Amino acid sequence: MPETAPLLAVRELHAWYGESHILHGVTFDVRPGEVVTLLGRNGAGKTTTLKSIMGIVGRRRGAVSFDGHELIARPSNHIAWLGIAFCPEERGIFASLNVEENLMLPPAVRPGGLSVEAIHTLFPNLRERRRSQGTKLSGGEQQMLAIARILRTGARLLLLDEPTEGLAPVIVQQIGATIRRLKSEGFTILLVEQNFRFAATVADRHYVMEHGRVVDAIANAELATHMDKLHEYLGV
Amino acid sequence: MTIFGVPTQALFGQLLIGLINGAFYALLSLGLSVIFGLLNIINFAHGAQYMMGAFVAYFALQWTGLGYWPSLLLAPVVVGLFGIVLERTMLKRLYQLDHLYGLLLTFGVALVVQGVFRNQFGSSGLPYTAPAQLTGGYNLGFMFLPTYRAWVVVFSLVVCFATWYVIERTKLGAYLRAATENPTLVQAFGINVPRMITLTYGFGVALAALAGVLAAPIYQVNPLMGADLIIVVFAVVVIGGLGSIMGSIVTGFGLGVIEGFTKVFYPEASNTVIFVIMALVLLVRPAGLFGRAT
Ligand SMILES: Nc1ncnc2c1ncn2[C@@H]1O[C@H](COP(=O)(O)OP(=O)(O)OP(=O)(O)O)[C@@H](O)[C@H]1O
Ligand SMILES: [Mg+2]
Repeated sequence: MPETAPLLAVRELHAWYGESHILHGVTFDVRPGEVVTLLGRNGAGKTTTLKSIMGIVGRRRGAVSFDGHELIARPSNHIAWLGIAFCPEERGIFASLNVEENLMLPPAVRPGGLSVEAIHTLFPNLRERRRSQGTKLSGGEQQMLAIARILRTGARLLLLDEPTEGLAPVIVQQIGATIRRLKSEGFTILLVEQNFRFAATVADRHYVMEHGRVVDAIANAELATHMDKLHEYLGV
Repeated sequence: MTIFGVPTQALFGQLLIGLINGAFYALLSLGLSVIFGLLNIINFAHGAQYMMGAFVAYFALQWTGLGYWPSLLLAPVVVGLFGIVLERTMLKRLYQLDHLYGLLLTFGVALVVQGVFRNQFGSSGLPYTAPAQLTGGYNLGFMFLPTYRAWVVVFSLVVCFATWYVIERTKLGAYLRAATENPTLVQAFGINVPRMITLTYGFGVALAALAGVLAAPIYQVNPLMGADLIIVVFAVVVIGGLGSIMGSIVTGFGLGVIEGFTKVFYPEASNTVIFVIMALVLLVRPAGLFGRAT
């Protein structure tokens, strides 16, 4: 298989929260159109990696190149305009905004985002509840809203932090279907997951993180043969 | 004619004074709320900035002959720019720290500004006359309504509700509300939050300066005009709940009116009634009438 140039290349990424050194040289690639996961136990540094790419941790060092641009010294609003969008672990739905305002909040940073109609087709609940206060939605609906609002922006790389955490199985399936659909439309997705059974249904490749480093890379097709190793990594 | 044994003339007269005071309370506490919401800073310089607004109008007239109407725009712009410089050079260093630091800094700025003006202009008021279009008044039968005062009440209501509308009903306001909740995430969506913070501070300060221009023909232009008022305005903000837009407007006008009626029915308490209400509200609802407990 010919190697395509990576859309996102992370090299020797270090990050700190105040005095605590959290990432110790994270290195990995995501190629255009891929769905790639970061797996790892609680506290491995998955969220911190996404935040470092997005430019919202206090201090970071190393190299993060996206589509030919070096991100490491840029403020997060510039990074967004290059075409990266972030869906945080805690979802970040705004209580003082209704569902529609939450959906329309992120500016369209480039052409090619999903239309509001397409989003409503994907998540019909959001249309019905568009006048409700954002935080009055159920957990699953809030997660859909958190994903939906970054699909509008035209960003090509989506950073999704544990989108299935704490959700009922039917909703997890719906989110899985959404991710496959987005992949088929050409989005590139970097997904943080603890649930590797779910990850296996959507991803092309997996990186395993431990103590602030990437310690292994596994292609999805080889996942079955690496089950023992994976159980050990994730402690499940 | 009397109501509850009080001549209607006196009653409506005090109601009008109450509404006038309420208009200033509302404009000033609105600015404080907008600033506090996004910057987490209690802007103690607000009274000084209100005074600066009145002085800009005064200087404009003395030095260049620019009258009241242009000053209504000029003063908020000039003093708002002063606020922007203050934010860019000093306040922005304090956002990570406790509220107390912002309060101390802005309190210091207020003392310096008021001190400089007092040195230059003493503490007796400088006269500033209302424009010809707004002099005179209407005899409503039950009372005499001075045109300028009616204008102040109506104009400040319009400004307050326009501000409310922009914040609660527009896209720009949605950015502001969202950034008040989670500035990091809003910036990660591509919004230049630091610039928004600067402009918001400038806007809040401009509102204070606008109130200063409105006040000039009523209270004269005096270096300490804001120092006394701001104490009452802080009580209003505590009662309404810091950070609530509608709360500031309703509480500002409401307390002005209550204060006015107190002057009629129990004049001894008219200077303290707002502080008594503040104490009661703090006992029952520490976050203020409209505030969200955090
Ligand atoms: N704001 C913060 N300040 C200080 N330390 C933090 C902060 N956020 C996270 N940490 C620490 O950084 C380490 C990595 O956290 P991170 O959130 O990146 O882990 P994670 O892999 O996403 O875990 P989880 O699966 O629980 O979400 C943890 O030890 C955590 O305690
Ligand atoms: Mg995490």
